[in-house]
Order: sequence, then structure tokens, then C-alpha cells
Amino acid sequence: MDETKENRFMKYLRRERLPNIFCAGCGIGIVMNTFFNGMEMAEVPLEEVVMASGIGCSSRIPGYVKCDSLHTTHGRPISFATGLKLANPEMNVVVFTGDGDAAAIGGNHLIHSARRNIDITVICINNSIYGMTGGQISPTSPQGSYATTAPYGALENPFDLSRLVTAAGASYVARWTTAHPLQLSKAIKKGLNNKGFSFIEVISQCHTYFGRKNRMGSPIDMLKWMKEESVVKRKADKMDESELEGKIIVGEFHNKPAPELSQINCKLLEDKCTAGKSSAFRSAYQGD
Amino acid sequence: MITLDKNLCKGCNICTEFCHQHVYEESLTLDKKGVYVPNPKNVERCTKCQICSLMCPDQAIEVEEDDED
Repeated sequence: MDETKENRFMKYLRRERLPNIFCAGCGIGIVMNTFFNGMEMAEVPLEEVVMASGIGCSSRIPGYVKCDSLHTTHGRPISFATGLKLANPEMNVVVFTGDGDAAAIGGNHLIHSARRNIDITVICINNSIYGMTGGQISPTSPQGSYATTAPYGALENPFDLSRLVTAAGASYVARWTTAHPLQLSKAIKKGLNNKGFSFIEVISQCHTYFGRKNRMGSPIDMLKWMKEESVVKRKADKMDESELEGKIIVGEFHNKPAPELSQINCKLLEDKCTAGKSSAFRSAYQGD
Repeated sequence: MITLDKNLCKGCNICTEFCHQHVYEESLTLDKKGVYVPNPKNVERCTKCQICSLMCPDQAIEVEEDDED
């Protein structure tokens, strides 16, 4: 095919692995597009990006992108990313993770990275269900939603990930849905430019499991539902709790720069190391 | 000018639904993969807002700017 007639993000993708494995209409493809769009807006070249991901549908993204990447153990991509960032603070470390990966098995890693405020960008693709393993309830499934393990509806209260990470101490937190691709691109741009822990929660559609069990069998039904049910945070702050039942609050939750761990670490090394080595990466290889 | 890669398209028709100018139309016949690939029928209405190429989960759509504009 003629290169000028290809999708404008095709230059970032491993062409030989396409078409991707995701279901027709899956939101993960939209998140990939919006990430590239946000990356172009932030003027970050792909050579300076390292991607880390755990286990799950969303964690397959780095396999399709032409950049340095790590596909790690379940729930631990943020820990691997912390190591990457401290070893080479010049890289832009991006973590793609799902709700089961970030909130359930890796919940502790998520809150502690937010507490440390290390400069990584975490893009959490929240589809409210475990999609890859057959549609089990996840910690972010809305109360009353159906799944293979909840035939009478989910009984538990879901996690509000954006508020959790804000409370844990992240410096940039935003939530959008896949039905808001332009706002999401801008949030990713801000997250990449932010020096500190950036958390972008993307409410995504899993029509194959979440949709089918909750009477929204097609991606279009789910995208329309997300568009109708989302309320911008500024408006939601003025609304009552009863009015907000079942709504998705979207927008920027927190944007306040704070001291960042890898810079503090480098500064400490510079102060304490008489040889004048500026980063952990260089000092580790100095003896060779 | 809209180019649609039929090898990548999985026929989810998000573009058909979310194009606010209704440029695309869902085809009535199945293609070789067994999916209803959208057809960019009303190209003259296209405003080149790029929403379809941004929302295509399979990176199958390219919207080109016209040279003469």
C-alpha cells in the first residue's frame, strides 16, 4: 500500500504484527491512537519513550509499538517502570495497564508510586471487567453490573481510581473515556510534560464481556452510553450525590507539580559523589 | 480524500456512527473476512476533522488534506 495513504500513526507501529488481536471496536485501539496524538502534541519523539505493561488485554499495546518496551509480570509494570526511570532519568517512561492489573493485583505498587511522585506516566485502561480471562468482576466494576462471576449483579463498592491516586499523592490525575478522544489526547500531552507521577484513567469499552452482560452488545452502544453518562468534574462538583448515581465523572482531577523522586535521587548523587557523576545510570558503569 | 485499508478494518463501524457529517455508510454485503466494511460514500461532506482516523481502533483510516485547498 502507498505510504502516503496509510493511517498517520502507522509509522509508530510494527506493521508485520497487524491487524491487532483486539476485538472489533475495542477501546484499546482508540487509546493507542490518542497516545500517539498526545505524544505528537507534547513533541516527545518515540525514541525517548519506554513502555512497560503487565498482563491483560491493555498490556498488549507495547507489543505493537516500535519502541523500547517491557512486558512484565501481572500487576508489576509500575515497579519495573520505577527501576527504568531511576536507571535512566532521561527517558519518558509510560506504563499501559488495565484495571485488574493496576487496581487489583498491583494496587499497592500504584499507590506507592503515586506517593513517591516518580516521573512516570501511567495510562490505566479501565474497562470495568477482566476481559482477557472471561469476564470476571474487577475492583472497578460498578455496583449492580453483571458479569460471569456476578450473575445477580456486583455487590461490592467499586474503586474510584482517580480519587485514590490523587489522595496517594500523584501530581497529575485525569479521567476521560474513549468517547472523548481529543480531550484524552490533551490529557496525555499534559501527563507526558508533567514532571511527576501522572495518572490518566481511560474508561474504555469491553463490549464482548461488560457490554454483552449489561445489555450493550456493540461498541457503538457502549460509546454512546459513555458519552451520555459522563459529567465534567467542574459540573459534577456542584451536583448532589443522588444526581451523580451511575454517572462517570470525567475531567482533570489534580494538577499540582511536586518534587519528583528521580531528580531528588540524582541531586543526592551529585552532592554525595565526589567524582561528579550526575545519574545512577552513569555511576553504575563508572568502574568499567 | 479518504483511504480505508480493508485488510485492517474489522467492521466495527465506529466511524459510521461518530462522523458528525455522516460521510460513511455501512455496506450491505459482507466482505471476504465476513465483516461489514464501511464505505466513505459522501466524501464531499468531509470537513477533515480527523475524528474517524483518531477513533478507528485498527488504524485503517487515513484522511488526506486536499492539495488544491
